[in-house]
Amino acid sequence: MSVTSERGAPDVATRPAGARLRPAWLRGWRRILVGAGVLVVLLSIVRTVTGATDLTSSGTVAAALGLAVPIGMAGLGGLWSERAGVVNIGLEGMMILGSFGAGWIGWQHGPWAGLVTAVVFGALGGLVHAVATVTFGVDQIVSGVAINILGLGATKFLASLLLTGTPGGGQTQSPQIKPIGTISIPWIGDPLRTLERKNWFLLADLAGILRGITTDISWITIIAVLLVVATYYVLWRTPFGLRLRSCGEDPYAAESLGVRVYRYKYVAVTVSGALAGFGGAFLAIVAASIYREGQTGGRGYIGLAAMIFGNWRPGGLVAGAGLFGYTDAMQLRSSEAVHALLLLVAVGLLALAVWSALRRRFVSGAISLVAGVVIGWWYLGTDTLPSQVTFATPYVTTLLVLALASQRLRMPKADGLVYRKGTSQ
Amino acid sequence: MSISRRVALGVAAPLLAIVFSLLVTSVVLLFTGAQPLETFQAMVQYAGRPRTQVLIINSATTYYFAAVAVAIGFRMNLFNIGVDGQYRLAALVSAALGGALHLPRVLHVGVVILSAMLVGAAWAGFAGYLKVRRGVSEVISTIMLNFVATAGIAYLLAPGRLAVTTQGSNNLGTRPIPESGQVGGLPLVPGTPLKVYGLVVLAVIVGAAFWFVINRTRFGFDLRATGMNEAAAVASGVDVRKMVVAAMVLSGAVAGLVGMPQLLGASYTYSLDFPAGLGFTGIAIALLGRNHPVGIAVGALLWGFLDNSSQILNLRDVPVEIVQITQGVIVLSVVVAYELVRRYRVSAVQRDVGRRLAESPPPGGDGPPAAAATQGAST
Repeated sequence: MSVTSERGAPDVATRPAGARLRPAWLRGWRRILVGAGVLVVLLSIVRTVTGATDLTSSGTVAAALGLAVPIGMAGLGGLWSERAGVVNIGLEGMMILGSFGAGWIGWQHGPWAGLVTAVVFGALGGLVHAVATVTFGVDQIVSGVAINILGLGATKFLASLLLTGTPGGGQTQSPQIKPIGTISIPWIGDPLRTLERKNWFLLADLAGILRGITTDISWITIIAVLLVVATYYVLWRTPFGLRLRSCGEDPYAAESLGVRVYRYKYVAVTVSGALAGFGGAFLAIVAASIYREGQTGGRGYIGLAAMIFGNWRPGGLVAGAGLFGYTDAMQLRSSEAVHALLLLVAVGLLALAVWSALRRRFVSGAISLVAGVVIGWWYLGTDTLPSQVTFATPYVTTLLVLALASQRLRMPKADGLVYRKGTSQ
Repeated sequence: MSISRRVALGVAAPLLAIVFSLLVTSVVLLFTGAQPLETFQAMVQYAGRPRTQVLIINSATTYYFAAVAVAIGFRMNLFNIGVDGQYRLAALVSAALGGALHLPRVLHVGVVILSAMLVGAAWAGFAGYLKVRRGVSEVISTIMLNFVATAGIAYLLAPGRLAVTTQGSNNLGTRPIPESGQVGGLPLVPGTPLKVYGLVVLAVIVGAAFWFVINRTRFGFDLRATGMNEAAAVASGVDVRKMVVAAMVLSGAVAGLVGMPQLLGASYTYSLDFPAGLGFTGIAIALLGRNHPVGIAVGALLWGFLDNSSQILNLRDVPVEIVQITQGVIVLSVVVAYELVRRYRVSAVQRDVGRRLAESPPPGGDGPPAAAATQGAST
């Protein structure tokens, strides 16, 4: 049984022959920079108009970073696995294993030992997934679901066995884990704070963002950022990565070139689990300072969504995780700021409507126009949003973005397909 | 292959899986210092009590709806992770509606159930629409819709909206459904005052309808064909887009029923402590039951047994959570066992064919077909 061999997106590998190339300043990483710049300017405008300073305050940015890291790590895990052609919906279970490992060892032997345990536990989960999907050729979604059940069950069981009666801990949570330490870039914190308080257009926003990402950054966050860079380098700039990705695109072609597909898939899925475990460790050690049951709250799934959102690329994945982290931070910090975001969405939709009309796509243009007007009217007609609406913000945003952009996504060609050595036609 | 051998192979996979998961569970039990055999015996004994039996059937009824909802999607290669959000939203809306209405008996129950199905169908249909119109993977959209449903329920389940406060309790719930909208229990098991949910009958009907629609109608044929080979289905004139939406809508409609046994047979109100997470249980059971109505029933009963009889473990100082490990191992080992049996069967058939061809070489040709068959068997 193959439950989901392809995930929605129609195959757009074949670009129409006459497709225009983007201008040089809009290619590759420059595009990301330009996009980020435009976003900051827009946020700054909205902040000036609405007075919702939390839109770009250093506090929001720092919170967003903290919320983005576990999602990003889960997504990075998904990237490794799916680039090698194995769908990994078990990220959630591996993350749970990681958060438990971090809590269990972390409270006894310190955060670093906890981090290592979490990575090992996550990798074990990944290994189980690899055995089931690569060696036994079981449907990948099925195996992932089973691992989610197993991860949750095993941690609950182990917690009631190993954490009951610990000081401050219990059946559902571990005792406090010692903090892992943070780092700030020296000498720039205070000037940035002064600048941020001035509320000058654009400058204050940039200061807030910079301060958010340079002050009191956990070591784990720094490692996480390095892991993203390392993943990009390994998967896209080394022969190893090329072979690994070839297993996800066409394993039989890879096989014919002498690539040991099974071995690469094993490595990829195990690394995937380790990264998910790392994300779980961040939740336990940095975000909460304890392991708590249900701590992951579906972040494994969201990480997977962020990766798909990011078109199976590290840069896009970071953008997706950042979007989640940002909207999540917004809803935690200030409903006023989420209300201000409505204006941003309305303006964005109206701009999209104009763009669609210019490209003669009148139906989608009309939909954007109506949606933009409705949301703009909603913004003008209210002062705050109910907390539940802000809770739903990141999820609705993902749905919206996917609904608007998923035709452009292209997943690895052999993603989710069972590979059996020597059976190509 | 002889029939007896075929039957043996068919039973082999689930048996292998259950034996393997019992082994794993035993190892874990030994790890905690409990005696595996004694523990299993205690669980079986506890399940023998009339009271536990009723609880097992009641849990299984609920699980059955969830698993059938998931299985409808699976039959078409659609993965509806959103059953969870669909049934909770459906239960909330239908509970509020049922509490507000005053209707004759049968009609009242019918309206509640129908509204639940409609809400579930709409919520799932939205994911289907996004898939066919916008190319959004249903895996991701239904996960997101689960979270959105959680937010929506939190918003709606507030005083002044759909909820009323009960005195002396922190719990928030919808207005209780009056007696005309309640479904009485069935005293199926003697020796206990506890009754089986009346809606167990509906579960049987849904199971039969599922079997009939999938196996005996044009629609079901198209659905299975699309699931097995989309290209072939398209070539034979199946409108895949329409099928995707239809399958999601059907799946959501059945998902809407998941909350009904609890709502109409026990709590009569949707409150903060309404059971959650049943959609994920449904996924596991649908996998276990191979998306077949009878298989799902067996799986649902097994899950009900594990969940309810494990309560005895508390008295024996074994963490109840151990059954979740058992459940996870069962799901994983069942699929591995099916795969192993399938591979064994394929190679057995190939060997069989090879041997027969070798025994009686066809006139005019000597060897090539047999050689080809043995070559195939060796892969």
